[in-house]
Amino acid sequence: MDQMKMIDGMDTEESRETPERMCLTIESRSRNEEFARVVVAVFASRLDPTLAEIDDVKTAVSEAVTNAVIHGYRGGDGIIYIEASIDGQELTVTVRDLGVGIPDIPKAMEPMFTTDRTGERSGMGFAFMEAFMDQVEVHSEVGRGTAVTMKKRMGG
Amino acid sequence: MGEVSFLYEARGQVLVIHLPKEFDHHNSRDLRYETDLLLAENYVRKIVFDFSRTVFMDSTGIGILLNRYKQMQRSGGTTAIYGANAQILRILAVGGVAKLMPQYTSKEAALLG
Repeated sequence: MDQMKMIDGMDTEESRETPERMCLTIESRSRNEEFARVVVAVFASRLDPTLAEIDDVKTAVSEAVTNAVIHGYRGGDGIIYIEASIDGQELTVTVRDLGVGIPDIPKAMEPMFTTDRTGERSGMGFAFMEAFMDQVEVHSEVGRGTAVTMKKRMGG
Repeated sequence: MGEVSFLYEARGQVLVIHLPKEFDHHNSRDLRYETDLLLAENYVRKIVFDFSRTVFMDSTGIGILLNRYKQMQRSGGTTAIYGANAQILRILAVGGVAKLMPQYTSKEAALLG
């Protein structure tokens, strides 16, 4: 019994101290938006977050993946790479595409700015990511692609 | 395969749009075309959005709501929302829609309001 307890204890300590990672590679299709946000949300649930925190992560991931589908690959074929890690109480998520890239990142991140001409896009994707995560960083190169890295402390 | 289509309901001059469970880019691809068609063919003075089934919405949903709001404003019509849960209300607030569209708890109230 004592030995069992000790092993249990070691296990808990290890899972708290060692960062955990996951990666998900998906085709750039709109139906994968839900798949991606649900997978990251399940991974993030290891932090024992509140329901509101899980919803925040889902929304932010959905925004980044939707951007990759619509803008990165312009609705065409491509691969989206999603990496997430947990370190202590912090979740880090990176959504990367090898699409067209963003020529002017500050402009793209302005609330209400959109290149869409249908009038259906709100231009609030990045604003939503910033509203629901603690930190959002965007790296992009025209013709090479875009990587959005978001961080959020949650649970505990 | 699991394709979501919107359900539309005509109530006199009111168009009720029953939104999907996951109100995202994927599930709203046909909404623009379908509502444009309905608005062209029918005399609609009010659009009521039913969120009672909806558990997820992102900025795609905000874009769609804002576009319909502007459309109705131009024709002198109105918009309303009912059945939104706490999470959806948060998204509506962040997206600036909460102050534009009145929110009701029931369909009856939204139709009357």
